[in-house]
Amino acid sequence: MGGLRTTRPKTLRALVYSARFRGIVYQVLVVAGVLALGWYLVQNTLANLAARGIATGFGFMGQEAGFDIGEGVIAYSSADTYLRALVVGVFNTLKVAVLGIALASVVGLVVGISRLSRNWLIARLATLYVEGVRNVPLLLQLFVWYGLVTSLPVPRQAIDVGLGVFLSNRGLKMPVPEWHSSYGSVVAMLVIAVIGMVFLRRWAINRLYRTGRPFPWILSGLAGVIGLPLVAFALFGAPLVWSVPELRGFNFQGGVDLSPEFAALLAGLTVYTASFIAEIVRSGILAVPHGQTEAALSLGLSRAKTLRLVVLPQALRVIVPPLTSQYLNLLKNSSLAVAIGYPDLVSVANTAINQTGQAVEGVAVTMGVFLVISLALSLLMNWYNTKVALVSR
Amino acid sequence: MKALKTLATIAAVIVGSSPAFAGSTLDAVKAKGFVQCGVNLGLYGFSAPDEKGNWSGLDVDVCRAVAAAVFGDSTKVKYTPLSAQQRLPALQSGEIDMLARNTTHTLSRDTANGLNFTVTNYYDGQGFMVPTKLGVKSAKELNGATICVLPGTTTEQNLADWFRANKMTFKPVVIEKNEELTSAFFSGRCDSFSSDASQLAAVRANEAPNPADYTILPELVSKEPLAPAVRHGDDQWLDVVRWSIFAMIAAEEKGVSMANVDQMAATSADPEVKRLLGVTAGNGKALGLDEAWAKTIIKQVGNYGESFERNVGMGSKLKIARGQNALYNQGGLMYAPPFK
Repeated sequence: MGGLRTTRPKTLRALVYSARFRGIVYQVLVVAGVLALGWYLVQNTLANLAARGIATGFGFMGQEAGFDIGEGVIAYSSADTYLRALVVGVFNTLKVAVLGIALASVVGLVVGISRLSRNWLIARLATLYVEGVRNVPLLLQLFVWYGLVTSLPVPRQAIDVGLGVFLSNRGLKMPVPEWHSSYGSVVAMLVIAVIGMVFLRRWAINRLYRTGRPFPWILSGLAGVIGLPLVAFALFGAPLVWSVPELRGFNFQGGVDLSPEFAALLAGLTVYTASFIAEIVRSGILAVPHGQTEAALSLGLSRAKTLRLVVLPQALRVIVPPLTSQYLNLLKNSSLAVAIGYPDLVSVANTAINQTGQAVEGVAVTMGVFLVISLALSLLMNWYNTKVALVSR
Repeated sequence: MKALKTLATIAAVIVGSSPAFAGSTLDAVKAKGFVQCGVNLGLYGFSAPDEKGNWSGLDVDVCRAVAAAVFGDSTKVKYTPLSAQQRLPALQSGEIDMLARNTTHTLSRDTANGLNFTVTNYYDGQGFMVPTKLGVKSAKELNGATICVLPGTTTEQNLADWFRANKMTFKPVVIEKNEELTSAFFSGRCDSFSSDASQLAAVRANEAPNPADYTILPELVSKEPLAPAVRHGDDQWLDVVRWSIFAMIAAEEKGVSMANVDQMAATSADPEVKRLLGVTAGNGKALGLDEAWAKTIIKQVGNYGESFERNVGMGSKLKIARGQNALYNQGGLMYAPPFK
């Protein structure tokens, strides 16, 4: 381009032969085409909807929803608006996705490493798991999980696990401490301890590099994280009242519960995605040359430390990009919740669409929310990827 | 997947230039040679296919009646099975000509959703089914219960309204797939299953491990007038579908049945029967149909009473009593305006 700039085209003919100019023209044309297509689609939709006398717009979001939702992270009643109902759905989707991603990562890591184990039984079991699970459609697996959970006994014959924990086809009921005003400071202590642990780690690593002497930051940090809140708790005189589930009317009252729909969905998503993650972890580890392991072993590192300090950090570079795709898949697969009755965003939006009849808006909202969550997740993982990527020196 | 089909329909609204709206629906139907009728995915008694793929039911009979009126042949129907969520977009987008899929007539559907409802062909109400051994005798005893419901109906809203009005609480379990929902209920995941009473009867008769173990509670918590619908903006087509249903109701009132329709046409001296059966001409021309349109409906599909008994009444597995669906002169709500 620098060469072209010196012979700046003066005539129209020269302009046509300028690669730079043609490039700009093509790009302008493409952008204009995309915009025109988008404009046409929106206009055509509005015209078609208007021709059929169908209401458009997002005005319905402020209206009373008038339907109930089985469970939610935030408070909700049928007198709240559609907007709030959708937010309940978004939080339910996030809840299952975040927990699913965390559990699937752990299970996937363990299974992936197990497949490479020198123990014949463990390696074969891991292979069986991966090949069995990843080759069966997720929807079928969800039905199986849901069937398993709902075939538990009815509440009146619930399995008494002990310590106030009951298992029935209405889910798992557990006692939970009732909120006390002093718990705020306990939580504050926990936050302080966690922040302290982060700084402790930084200091410990620094010291290791400077002096070569290790400091047991994990153990001492954990002691702080557990100890500080306990001290705060004891200082307030250990106020503890348990809300224990008890059978009243149709179902257990009190305590917290894990609904069968949530449990089935979480189990299905975790088990399914973990089988893919296991393969990604295995490929990542195999991508690290065996010489690295041999070198680490000959330096006297134990097998566990070799894996943790030498192999896995290098394997992460291979693992993280495909792992991102699996996380996104899990998030999107969570919309299969409608099939087994977990009130995720898609399920709530479906009800809203049917009650208002505004399908275009409802689907647009669902797509928009999934897009935003996916992009945020993707950005986070890309940031992590650049962090673990090989630094060229 | 259902969601995919909904998306496809929405895509049709977005991209399509919709030729179906160019002329009248009646002309378009005549030109293509069949009625495209939206029905339920499978609701025994209303619209369900048998093992050979032949559709039957109270709603299916409306589709057949319209085909008989337009073509003189009740078999000229193509069925589009639709989920609750798909049904409105399918009609709005012109994918189907009419919707006969146990759809409740409501103000918002009649206005904002661009539908025109024809005639109520079944007066229903939302009820509750419970396992008999639960010992519940009235819906008022359901405080705190977990209730299984299908999404995409007015059911969820009715349920919330009724519990709120009675200062009671409940926990909904909303499952999109009919079979999954009923199996969740029969496995005891929910204390109660709430839906239109006719649907409860159908589910109990066909899917319960032992129908006698389940009770349908006496309270109906909503009005559900189920009516076939057409699109806004085509009055001629609205008239054709509306009067096809009226013809079946009027025929029952006048004692005209599948068996005696030819004889009645030949011998009846009742001027209303003569007008109904096209012996006295005029009605067919007014509707843009053959003069024998109503006679063909009754000959091929039967009158309303015959259709009811065959599909949901005592002649069927559902064994639903006529109740509100009896003729007006027998204590019910079925009433056809005069055929003149």
